[in-house]
Amino acid sequence: METTILFAPLVGALLAGFGWRVIGETGAMVLTTALLFLAAALSWIVFLGFDGETRIIEIATWIQSGSLDTSWAIRLDRLTATMLIVVTTVSSLVHLYSFGYMDKDPQWKEGESYKPRFFAYLSFFTFTMLMLVTSDNLVQMFFGWEGVGIASYLLIGFYYRKPTANAAAMKAFVVNRVGDFGFALGIFGLFYMTDSINFEQVFAAAPHLAESNISFLWTEWNAANLLAFLLFIGAMGKSAQLFLHTWLPDAMEGPTPVSALIHAATMVTAGVFLVCRMSPLMEYAPGATAFIVVVGATTAFFAATVGLVQNDIKRVIAYSTCSQLGYMFVAAGVGVYSAAMFHLLTHAFFKAMLFLGAGSVIHAMHHEQDMRNYGGLRKKIPFTFAMMMIGTLAITGVGIPLTTIGFAGFLSKDAIIESAWGAHSAVGNYAFWMLVIAALMTSFYSWRLMFMTFYGKARGDAHTHDHAHESPMVMLIPLGVLSLGAVFSGMLWFSSFFGTHEQVNDFFGIPQHEVAADAGHGEDTGHGDDTGHGEAETGHGDDATDAHGEAVVADAGHGDGHEGAPVGAIFMHPDNHTLDNAHHAPNWVKVSPFVAMLIGFITAYWFYIVNPSLPGRLAKSQAPAYNFIYNKWYFDELYDFVFVRGAKALGRFLWKKGDTAIIDGSINGVAMGIIPFFTRLAGRAQSGYLFHYAFAMVIGIVVLITWMSLSGGAE
Amino acid sequence: MISSDISTVLPEIVLAVFAMGALIFAVYTRKDALAPTVLWATAAAFVGVAVWIGAAGGDANVAFGGAFIDDAFSRYAKVIILLSAAAILLMSQDYMTKRGLMHFEYPVLITLAVIGMMMMVSAGDLMALYVGLELQSLSLYVVASLRRDSVKSTEAGLKYFVLGALSSGLLLYGASLTYGFAGTTVFSGIISTIEHGHMSIGLLFGLVFIVTGLAFKVSAVPFHMWTPDVYEGSPTPVTAFFATAPKVAAMGLFARVLHDAFGAGTADWTQIIALLSVASMFWGAIAAIGQKDIKRLMAYSSIAHMGFALMGLAAGTEYGVQAMLVYMAIYVTMNIGTFAFILSLEKDGQPVSDIAALHQYAKAEPKRALAMLILLFSLAGVPPFIGFFGKLYVLNAAVSADMTWLAIAGVIASVIGAFYYLRLVYFMYFGEEGDALDKPSAPILWVFLMGSAAVVVLGAFNLFGIEALAVQAAEALVR
Repeated sequence: METTILFAPLVGALLAGFGWRVIGETGAMVLTTALLFLAAALSWIVFLGFDGETRIIEIATWIQSGSLDTSWAIRLDRLTATMLIVVTTVSSLVHLYSFGYMDKDPQWKEGESYKPRFFAYLSFFTFTMLMLVTSDNLVQMFFGWEGVGIASYLLIGFYYRKPTANAAAMKAFVVNRVGDFGFALGIFGLFYMTDSINFEQVFAAAPHLAESNISFLWTEWNAANLLAFLLFIGAMGKSAQLFLHTWLPDAMEGPTPVSALIHAATMVTAGVFLVCRMSPLMEYAPGATAFIVVVGATTAFFAATVGLVQNDIKRVIAYSTCSQLGYMFVAAGVGVYSAAMFHLLTHAFFKAMLFLGAGSVIHAMHHEQDMRNYGGLRKKIPFTFAMMMIGTLAITGVGIPLTTIGFAGFLSKDAIIESAWGAHSAVGNYAFWMLVIAALMTSFYSWRLMFMTFYGKARGDAHTHDHAHESPMVMLIPLGVLSLGAVFSGMLWFSSFFGTHEQVNDFFGIPQHEVAADAGHGEDTGHGDDTGHGEAETGHGDDATDAHGEAVVADAGHGDGHEGAPVGAIFMHPDNHTLDNAHHAPNWVKVSPFVAMLIGFITAYWFYIVNPSLPGRLAKSQAPAYNFIYNKWYFDELYDFVFVRGAKALGRFLWKKGDTAIIDGSINGVAMGIIPFFTRLAGRAQSGYLFHYAFAMVIGIVVLITWMSLSGGAE
Repeated sequence: MISSDISTVLPEIVLAVFAMGALIFAVYTRKDALAPTVLWATAAAFVGVAVWIGAAGGDANVAFGGAFIDDAFSRYAKVIILLSAAAILLMSQDYMTKRGLMHFEYPVLITLAVIGMMMMVSAGDLMALYVGLELQSLSLYVVASLRRDSVKSTEAGLKYFVLGALSSGLLLYGASLTYGFAGTTVFSGIISTIEHGHMSIGLLFGLVFIVTGLAFKVSAVPFHMWTPDVYEGSPTPVTAFFATAPKVAAMGLFARVLHDAFGAGTADWTQIIALLSVASMFWGAIAAIGQKDIKRLMAYSSIAHMGFALMGLAAGTEYGVQAMLVYMAIYVTMNIGTFAFILSLEKDGQPVSDIAALHQYAKAEPKRALAMLILLFSLAGVPPFIGFFGKLYVLNAAVSADMTWLAIAGVIASVIGAFYYLRLVYFMYFGEEGDALDKPSAPILWVFLMGSAAVVVLGAFNLFGIEALAVQAAEALVR
């Protein structure tokens, strides 16, 4: 079943890509979509029927060279199962959606065939993404990692007649190479240190790594910290975290279904997945995780500020994605991997839906993407409006505070914010405040998008407005399906991902040990180092078993750390109490994101409904600040100045001076100057006169005799 | 005693008797009208003797008190000499007949030259060496000026003769010095003298003069000056002959003298040989660039190739000799094909040797052009053709003898040399429009051209097992 899930998209991609002339355009589209729905159905069966026990399914042996022994294998655990449903569900819905969205694309002339290619790319992407999430070793993961990179490149540049699309594709590719360099170094380092790239052995060696040093760049580093950091560099590139984020907004040049699938729901979350997958290593790398928290929190804040003022509807959502990924990294960085995965799951639903909704709006508005030209579309496209509203409610985090009732984003985002607080560390507090402010801005820009698009008067081209129409059914059904996820996924799986320790352990297949054996010990540690414990117990009824949960984890951690790889999909160090601390967070912490959301909503309402001229005036009066965030903190300009121009200058130098002048010059000099000179000399020496020839022979003898007398015969 | 001596040199005696018999027979019957018959008979005799020698095998036999050695090394060289001479003879018939050069003396002279060569590679004594060398040279002087009515041909013969005489003088001087200081002319005696005493300065000078004389025969720089003029002036089949069998013989003799007579002083002569090798490789490659006549071009090409073969000798090891032997076999094979091609170039019935005539050749004769392309690539040392493996062999020998600098020099020289080979290819395929050449007629040339090209391609698999023979030969020589 798992192999079917894995290879169905590949089969679809190959048949559609190479065989569409045989099976026809529609045949190719239907085939890929049908196979994806099959994969999605099977994935749900796997996810729902999964018992939490890690299984390895071997497919084939792959590399055997020296001590490197790697097979193609599926590692099926809770992380994989979760990713399977995310990837296949969103992908199948996006396939379906593309039937409508890609129909009669204005980028292509009448009669040109582009749809089979598009569907083949989408299916190929899905295959590589599945390869990434199912791998049981680092190299196979890297294969998938690069595969999604290729697919992303191909799909961003799908409109290859647009120079901007080509530039964006290249930018995505190049920026990702920077991250991949780190990732590859991390893999090399892990192989160097542990002599294996299989997760089992690497995880088993993690405690040992924490105590060993590695020499890198002329400096001694703690091995676990350095390797975790290098892997995170890879994750930063793929997940568009700060400093390596610049490609994501540009990637919006791709068709909107691509943005929904790759640049919102799946590929960009691969970085988060990587960090969660490597949790046994991350737990022993406090320095690296602190870095992850800082980068994640800063990205969440930074991207949210930029999102405030963007006018392109897709860019707003792109920055929103960037920001939400920052949330996930914070959760993973503070050690609550389950919360990161939870947000990954819910985010996939509501963000894919927002993108597809935006696509529907764009489709309705004849490929107009500037929100300043929208307005008043509520009545024209009511279904899309309703869906976008659900998405907005989900992303902004609407729910009933202090309960577990609310839209998906409410539960998962609050979980992260509480986790950040629960870290009880300086970086955790920094992250907490950053995320709360980001939540405020998230609310603001999301509502701004809604208000500018659907409310107010129609702006822009009147003709376009008059002809705005609701999208066809194939585009609306995916929206409807995703909306279910956006509404219910949070409430359904809250306890699994962010419930008590026992629930989480159970869900992720972490063994529940005999509580009685270590109960006393567990209780001791639980009470000993957590002062907020008592207070929290009164606040939360369901936290009564916390102490037990800790004991269990403590036991599992101790037991497994010295014997082999920790059992279960994720690993939390016995000293990692963040999850419990988060549950014991004071009420003001738990309510704070909700308050931030309300403030954001009210501000947006004030700015865009009550007093629509205010934003413009504010932008004028605060021009420097406005320009700063409008120009994305000038990251692109800075990079252009430092790297692009530097690289170009270096390239030009090597080309003009190094290649043309030195290499070509010397070769040409030898080939066209020196050798012809000798050729002419040889021609002149060959005079035809016998005495010249005889003279040459005599000279030769003299030279040889002299040589011999001086060297050989001198003995 | 004498009977065993005779049986050892029986192949040479048979050939000598055949040569004299053919001479007398032709003189007293129909003279030149019989020339083609004599030619075919000679070629058949060569092949027969080659098979005889090749099949003989067995241990080394020494005849006439060490003056004549019959071992695996000499047999290897003799087979190549005989087969290549037979091939050249067959190739030359058409050309010679058309130009009225088909004298019955031609095959007889070639036979005498071949006997001289066989003597050379079997020489175990300075006297035998000189006799063989002179027999070969005198025959070749005559063959070079075979075309008596042509100024160029007579000039070539005369130049060759005068310079050859000079080199013979030098060689003799070296031989007399060696005799004077070693007290013997037998190689085994010379080597034991060196082993027991030391390499005296007199012996050293003797060695240098002998090397000089031999370097003239293999046309190593700076004793190569005769080569382009003689190659250009001689009738093309004679040029083809010059480029093949005598080179093998001279190279064989070179190895024989250096290892059998002066094997104890390896360190002394490897540097001279290396010097000659580098000079030949570079001079051959550089000077060939300026040539417009394909025969002169082949002269420089052979100079460069001799440089590579000398590289094997310069290593001074058994592996080096083996590399040289393999290289020579490959070199001869490629040259037979190349000259078969050159012999087929005619315009209005006249032979053409200007390389400009090759322009657009591939359009008229795609198959021949392709075969020539393969041969040229192989001559240039482009993989996967056997020319590459030959070069690889000698470079390997140089590197394993700690002469990496020599190997690097060889690689650079072969890069330079690739230019003029590839230029011919360029002319054939991308040249300007020009007057078309005559349609080649002689089927035998076609056979040799295609056969040679096929060998060059197919030999890449295992070099037709020649390596094993070369190993035996080298073992026999370097003890």
